[in-house]
Amino acid sequence: MGPVTAGVLQLLALTGALALVHIPLGTYMARVYSSQRHLRVERWIYKGIGADPDTEMRWPAYLRGVLVFSLAGVLLLYALQRLQGVLPGSLGFASIDPDQAFNTAVSFVTNTNWQSYYGEQAMGHVVQTAGLAVQNFVSAAVGMAVAVALVRGFAGSRSGELGNFWADLVRGVVRILVPLAFVAAIVLVACGVIQNFSGVHTVGQFTGGSQEWNGGAVASQEAIKELGTNGGGYFNANSAHPFENPTPFSNLFEIFLILVIPFALTRTFGVMVGSVRQGYAILAAMGTIWLGFVSLMMWAEFSHQGPAFELANGAMEGKEVRFGIGGSSLFAVSTTLTSTGAVDSFHSSFTGLGGGITLLGMMLGEIAPGGVGSGLYGMLVMAVIAVFIAGLMVGRTPEYLGKKIGTREIKQAALYILVTPALVLVLTAAAMALPTPGHSMTNSGAHGFSEILYAYTSASNNNGSAFASLNADTQWFNTTLGIAMLLGRFVPMIFVLALAGSLARQTPVPVTAGTLRTGKPLFAGLLVGAVLIITGLTYFPALALGPLAEGLA
Amino acid sequence: MTNSLTNTARLLGAGLRALLVLTLVTGVLYPLVITGIAQGLFNHKANGSDITADGKVVGSSLIGQPYNLPPGKGEETPAPDLTWFQGRPQNGLGTNSVNTQYKLILSGATNRSGDNEELVQWVKDAKAAVVKVNSTAGHTIDPSEVPADAVTSSGSGLDPDISPQYAHLQVHRIAERNGLPVAEVQSLVDEHTEGRTLGFMGEPRVNVLELNTALKALLAKR
Repeated sequence: MGPVTAGVLQLLALTGALALVHIPLGTYMARVYSSQRHLRVERWIYKGIGADPDTEMRWPAYLRGVLVFSLAGVLLLYALQRLQGVLPGSLGFASIDPDQAFNTAVSFVTNTNWQSYYGEQAMGHVVQTAGLAVQNFVSAAVGMAVAVALVRGFAGSRSGELGNFWADLVRGVVRILVPLAFVAAIVLVACGVIQNFSGVHTVGQFTGGSQEWNGGAVASQEAIKELGTNGGGYFNANSAHPFENPTPFSNLFEIFLILVIPFALTRTFGVMVGSVRQGYAILAAMGTIWLGFVSLMMWAEFSHQGPAFELANGAMEGKEVRFGIGGSSLFAVSTTLTSTGAVDSFHSSFTGLGGGITLLGMMLGEIAPGGVGSGLYGMLVMAVIAVFIAGLMVGRTPEYLGKKIGTREIKQAALYILVTPALVLVLTAAAMALPTPGHSMTNSGAHGFSEILYAYTSASNNNGSAFASLNADTQWFNTTLGIAMLLGRFVPMIFVLALAGSLARQTPVPVTAGTLRTGKPLFAGLLVGAVLIITGLTYFPALALGPLAEGLA
Repeated sequence: MTNSLTNTARLLGAGLRALLVLTLVTGVLYPLVITGIAQGLFNHKANGSDITADGKVVGSSLIGQPYNLPPGKGEETPAPDLTWFQGRPQNGLGTNSVNTQYKLILSGATNRSGDNEELVQWVKDAKAAVVKVNSTAGHTIDPSEVPADAVTSSGSGLDPDISPQYAHLQVHRIAERNGLPVAEVQSLVDEHTEGRTLGFMGEPRVNVLELNTALKALLAKR
């Protein structure tokens, strides 16, 4: 069997596993978020917070919950890093500088996990496990909560109520993320991922001398890193590091973890709006884009264009032997079409077109299937736009799931899709125009431009992967990328919740002969078209200067 | 005004309390329970899958390492010890600059693009070196036989594996340098070649440390 066939079989196996698991998981999650019952441990947590989980919130109250909880996250994580030098259990690692601590705190709270530090030489046990890993859980739960609030906006009637933020947050952590991460972490340890609290190991080498490695709670963090589409590696090499991703099976398993909740949430959506067909249409749109991107990526990487790769007879630079081109392509697409940003191979050393595919994946807004929660709400906003476009074509007031898409709704959706492109393009232009940021590039020419474009695309879309040849640990990049992550996460959330609020106030209109059937393949096709055209038109000039120029050279 | 201020402060208090409680669950209890189970059930793996030879730990089967001669006087880069199988180039590895009380390995890739001149040069040099050192009196290596993994650095810089092609390419050199029959080294490589998991996951590979450990045992028996 050749590597291409093996790559395709891995894709098929993954697709099969996701198809099997997304239905029970999605239905379970719908039950979790609709349940009237509180578990005992949840009651203790609510008592600790001092919140009543049964109070219904309208959108401004829900948003306030999201914002203060995230603010608390940034403050605590910043403080932990600044105090690392005096905290016990830090193995003598120093405190982090203010600009890098700000960047990292924002990065983990916004579910981005951009890392301008080297994990193995900067972060001790306490910051990794009680700081960074915690945000891996809760930032994911916040994303899911916002998505569920939007779904309730579609499902609800007249009240304007979106549920209770604290209840959604706590249930997401306690009933969904912790149990799944628990199982995943044990599987990863069984594959060879390390899990200990020892200090730095000094280990002998074959020809004499010794190696020094960090120990750490890697498996427990790795599990939630993928499952919560976070992506911040324990080690600098992220999921390429053998202690994070030791075998071909662990590689496929980690890709599965990245994709499983985002795909399953389409089922949750279908169940909660009372028609699983609606969920299937969204799933079909996401799945089509994902499959298309994986195929393109495998084609680009197996054909290994580029002087160095042609000379080497394969695009293996930055890739591990055990994963090969197939496993690496599959990971690269899955991590950039979600908001994960973990890497098992280094995107900067992909072929020109392969690197362009990772960039384009993020530019689509990470909605196929997207980050946990953010993928679903991003795709639903695109669905609102698609319904609106279809409405314009036939000259009818558009409606989606029985809710009229009026002036207010379409404005909120349009503002949502404008935020990240504005951040990406303005900040990239500023970095290119100023004299110093360009000094951070390692490669020159088109690829150098791609490094900076990639950094702002990754930060604004809360992805976190990088063309890591860019030295991003400078005050300029730490600060501007931090701002891009903050605005790219929370400004769109404001529009999502506002949209949810106005939808939830409406009385559903009955389905008539003229209603667009949004549970049909035709609509899924329209949705894919809308996503590709809108993003394509926005980013084409920037892509032409970077990866297209490199790939077609 | 004061009212909204106290409201905000109260809300922020709720946010902080929520975070602290959830930190207890996800940042303390969860990792401790996982560590307990991992240490109990998978002790060897949870601590880094080390390999012992002659009663000494010689590294981890998961972490690639250099097989070099002790550096000579005034030498910048140590020369490879050609009696042992060699792994992939490690141009992406870094040295630690922050926490200098340890000599930590900093994992990483070169991040050079396909049209980067430095990378092109590295590949050229590596290819020439692989051809040169592996060609023996009775066996010449053709540059087209050199697989991609032999001349490129991995993502982590710590790739423990090489492709079976690269291992076979080294067989004649290993046999000559150690005074072993070629067939014997050939079959040693075959024994240590791991196929794709379940026939389709990943790529076939040879773990260099395990192979060299077995080679050492073979030499000791003679």
